[in-house]
Amino acid sequence: MLREMDRKGTANGLAASLLLLAAIYFGSGQLRHFDPALIAYTSATVFAVFGIVYRYSVWLQRPPTEMYWRRGWQFFLRPAQLPKNLLMLARLFWNTIFLQTFIKRRSHLRWAAHLLLSWGTIAACMVTFPLVFGWIHFEADPQDPAAYQAFAFGFHAGTFPAESPIGWFTFHILDFCAVAVIVGMALAMRRRVSDPGATSVQQFSMDFVPIILLFSVSVTGLMLTASVTWMEGHNYSFLALLHAFSVIITLLYLPFGKFFHIFQRPANLGVRFYKEEALRTEQAACARCGVAFASRLQIEDLKTVEEQLGMSWQYADGTHYQDICPTCRRKMLGANQLEAIGGPGYL
Amino acid sequence: MNSVFILDPARCIGCQACVHACGECGTHRGVSMIHLECMDRATTVQTTPQVCMHCENPTCAQVCPADAIKQTPDGVVQSSLKPRCIGCQNCVLACPFGVPKYDAGPDQMQKCDMCYDRTSVGKRPMCATVCPSEALYFGSMEEWRDRRQGTPVNTFRFGGQTVKTKVYTVMPARSERIDIRLTDIAGVKR
Ligand code: SF4
Ligand code: SF4
Repeated sequence: MLREMDRKGTANGLAASLLLLAAIYFGSGQLRHFDPALIAYTSATVFAVFGIVYRYSVWLQRPPTEMYWRRGWQFFLRPAQLPKNLLMLARLFWNTIFLQTFIKRRSHLRWAAHLLLSWGTIAACMVTFPLVFGWIHFEADPQDPAAYQAFAFGFHAGTFPAESPIGWFTFHILDFCAVAVIVGMALAMRRRVSDPGATSVQQFSMDFVPIILLFSVSVTGLMLTASVTWMEGHNYSFLALLHAFSVIITLLYLPFGKFFHIFQRPANLGVRFYKEEALRTEQAACARCGVAFASRLQIEDLKTVEEQLGMSWQYADGTHYQDICPTCRRKMLGANQLEAIGGPGYL
Repeated sequence: MNSVFILDPARCIGCQACVHACGECGTHRGVSMIHLECMDRATTVQTTPQVCMHCENPTCAQVCPADAIKQTPDGVVQSSLKPRCIGCQNCVLACPFGVPKYDAGPDQMQKCDMCYDRTSVGKRPMCATVCPSEALYFGSMEEWRDRRQGTPVNTFRFGGQTVKTKVYTVMPARSERIDIRLTDIAGVKR
């Protein structure tokens, strides 16, 4: 199996994991603020980073992906366009990643579900990872035992009273995230079981496993809070084990299943810059009907990619089928059949 | 799935029943995926329907940078996976039959998936269910052979490229392959 692994992917994956380990070591004050009880979480995260970077690197080596990756950066970094591109990037980030408006255009229900699931999860990750890695930690204020001091990378970042709205909010932020995820999950699940279109194409491993994983992480997390708040810590260690188990499985699943789209999908931003360039430059006219149908840039890039994939759409007279527009292509099947049977009328 | 899909464009009467039925499909409600083209309005009334041919080695999937187009175990090429498709339109431009559609709103590709909600449970696709002239046929090969003439063919040649598809096209007897020539559509009128 080791021999089948992609070398570039393995090298990049290992480099990223080592970088994370170094960041944990130095970020936690040479492990002074790292809690050894969290070693299982940390190991799972390091593995997940390896897997994600490995898969991303392998994915980038596919000819069409490599082409867009290269072109996307090329057009984005072009000096004359850079200031405009940065503005556009900010706008795209706000619309497509923060507000996810493209999902709203499909359905409001899906949009609400995805917003709750994605932001619930992302916010929870932004809180837990720095805590687990020892990048952020809290200490009781030596001057005032009722107050907490927060430290980020060893630097004092603020003090707040434990019994205050801010303290309450800080210590319950993961509960809010869990509630958001559970509500989002319920909405997503409703669609998955009732929509005939969704039920016919969904797969257990691709579409249900992620929902079940997020659900178990959120519910066991909430149970921990419930145990501390209302049950005097009843069953706490068992619940903590259950929670750790579900989080670790989720981390290990990250590179393989549906969650990989979190890392892959932002490639859409690169495509936007490609499309901008395509609009600015020459358009390609169909070799049959003469109507402009796409950018010359994309048509030529497609020809390159097709050649890399071992395809040959060229005719003996030099015409390339890639120069034929989709409308003419749709007529070709009918036209050739008619020609074969000698014109209109049927067999 | 023992049924086969057989396309016979010459039988198309341009009634648009397939276009409207397609929009009722559960996997892409309200949006029709089938294409119905007028061959050449100035010279002929001939129309031709185009469904996804469900290629064995789909070009659309090969040129997709996001790995968003997957095949079911029974060879049906699915519409783009929503979380993956990055809306680049490579598939739209590279499909030899001009099938995938790009929707700018959600920034996604969508295409005919042979009504997978229906065909996966033994029903006929919407278009073939309503087509009055059997330009779109879905059923057993035996039944088709009992009633119809010609040979269903599913190998195509575009320049140097051979494409094999799940969906058949009716050709004269003993044909083995359709060599797609960039034929002049106006020239087919008699
Ligand atoms: S006909 Fe076009 S869309 Fe359908 S499988 Fe083949 S390449 Fe893909
Ligand atoms: S439009 Fe979507 S499905 Fe089509 S090639 Fe691009 S990413 Fe793939």
